[in-house]
Amino acid sequence: MTAALSSHKVRGVTVRMRRGGSGAPLLFLHGANGLPVWLPVFEQLAKKFEVFVPEHPGFGASDNPPWLRNIGDLAMYYLDFIDTLNPYPIHLVGQSLGGWAAAELAVRNCSRLASLSLLAPAGIRIKGVLPGDNFIWDPDEGVRNLYHDQSIADRILATPMTDDEADMALTSRYAATKFGWEPRWFNPSLERWLHRISVRTLIVWGQNDKLFPVAYAKRWGERIPGSRVEIVPECGHVPAVEKPDFTAREIIRQYAETR
Amino acid sequence: MQFTFFHLMPYRPLDMTERHKHRAAWVVLPNELYDPKKGADEYQSYIDQLVYAEKLGFDVIAVNEHHQTAYGLMPAPNLIAANLIARTSKAKIAIVGRALPLVNNPVNIAEEFAMLDNLSKGRIITGFVRGIGNEYHATGINPYWSHERFQEAHDLIVQAWTRPGPFAFEGEHFNNRYVNLWPRPYQTPHPPIWIPSMGSSETIKWAAAPERKYPFLVTFSGRDLVARYLNLYREQAREYGYECSPGQLGWASPVYVADTDERAKEEARAGMESLFNDFLAVPFQMLLPPGYTSLPSMKNTMRMRKQLGAKKRHSLEELMESGTVVVGSPKTVRDELSALRDRTGANNLVTMLQFGVLPDDLTKRNMELFASEVMPHLRD
Repeated sequence: MTAALSSHKVRGVTVRMRRGGSGAPLLFLHGANGLPVWLPVFEQLAKKFEVFVPEHPGFGASDNPPWLRNIGDLAMYYLDFIDTLNPYPIHLVGQSLGGWAAAELAVRNCSRLASLSLLAPAGIRIKGVLPGDNFIWDPDEGVRNLYHDQSIADRILATPMTDDEADMALTSRYAATKFGWEPRWFNPSLERWLHRISVRTLIVWGQNDKLFPVAYAKRWGERIPGSRVEIVPECGHVPAVEKPDFTAREIIRQYAETR
Repeated sequence: MQFTFFHLMPYRPLDMTERHKHRAAWVVLPNELYDPKKGADEYQSYIDQLVYAEKLGFDVIAVNEHHQTAYGLMPAPNLIAANLIARTSKAKIAIVGRALPLVNNPVNIAEEFAMLDNLSKGRIITGFVRGIGNEYHATGINPYWSHERFQEAHDLIVQAWTRPGPFAFEGEHFNNRYVNLWPRPYQTPHPPIWIPSMGSSETIKWAAAPERKYPFLVTFSGRDLVARYLNLYREQAREYGYECSPGQLGWASPVYVADTDERAKEEARAGMESLFNDFLAVPFQMLLPPGYTSLPSMKNTMRMRKQLGAKKRHSLEELMESGTVVVGSPKTVRDELSALRDRTGANNLVTMLQFGVLPDDLTKRNMELFASEVMPHLRD
């Protein structure tokens, strides 16, 4: 199956979006590195869901409205986005920065959500458990430290980027910096409102995550009522890429539980 | 020309083998490598050099701000400036500059400069900068907002100096219900503001605007870049409808003078090469964090980097060849500096006569030779 690359416009902001599959709507919010290609994990999810993967405002080729200044703005933007997407309950999935935005959205308003899946989300801070500093890592480290299986990093690093791809990656890095530099990858008030999340929630974390240590998974699990935490063995920061079978299976399992 | 003696105050006793086990001499360099006894001696030597510069006839003595680095030991340059006020009587004292985006209340900067201006009875020159990218790692301030914070902090400080207080300042980053400076600055309408920069068209356009006309200093750049940026400023001024004065244009350069070219090179080599390769050199992602430069100029930088490949050490010869540093006999130095002055029409020369690991005795001789053999020939 090939996914379509389209665009979606909400309140004058146009973003790029990949979509594919059919079924219940699943909205995937990407991480700091920007809009991913149509990954194997999407292919698997597309068997059960209609999968929507928008590119956040400010990233890649999406519009960058000057008023969208922080993670709260991004969460509110996605509430508007969901309202205009379709009338059905949404299965919301977020990776890292996208997981943070998803959690911020869910503490504000769960009424349009059918379920929530957080894949190694940013957004909270555990004192004494320092995240990796992905802003000081050099470009090679920035790739290597995301994956436990270094052959994935080897493959990514061996693939040269075109000038256009490099420009898009840089644009995405700027946008990620806006949201994540300070305080570093968290919102001090988010954690105390996580009890507001009233939909079925899955938390997936790589055992060997070098950006946000796996200790964070337990804290998220404690704060979100009734949530389920799944630790992925031999996996770094991006379970959706490194363990697509595991990730898709758990998201689909949660979907089955909501029916 | 107007002559400034500028100091960075590097930590010379740094163990360079240890230094290169780390990403940079900034932010992550363990401070166990700093020995307070040696450091205190460094401060003493450097302040003596700044005071001596006044005696040698320099018009301005200057310091600046850097954080968490062996490159420069002045996280709080105003403390040095206060000391210099007490030990000098006629030289202007320039703090070029304070990094405006790094503070959460720019009124503090306005207050401190106003105090120094009063203490010195109007001998203060200020400089406004955004800080090297490394400072955003050191302070945690988000580089994405660097330009916005700079503009806003600038507006707040200038208003604090010039508007009758109390007034309210309402910004995106800074909000102050009461701005009401005690003391107000000594100089009217306020101390001069210099804009040191590695050169960017946005900064030039902003600094040259008729309501500002801030003197622009190109720092640490080869002669062609200095000429290019200063000419850009001149053209920009013309676009604004005025002719810029020579005092609005300047550049900063490490300089070393000895009696012969050969001797100058031999004596300057370790200092110059350590400045660029050991103290200043930092990885790209520290120097230019995302947002620090505008997206279009960063895209260009990235493409240039892709073509150039990995950077190696700079040799003294390369630095001289590009005109980033000026090293030689009095005649060589005079010729080099006057050529660039004539090419740019710049009147403001900021010299760095101590650089890197250059020891005290050579610094002193360099200062004396520059003052006696170079300066008089370039005076108007």
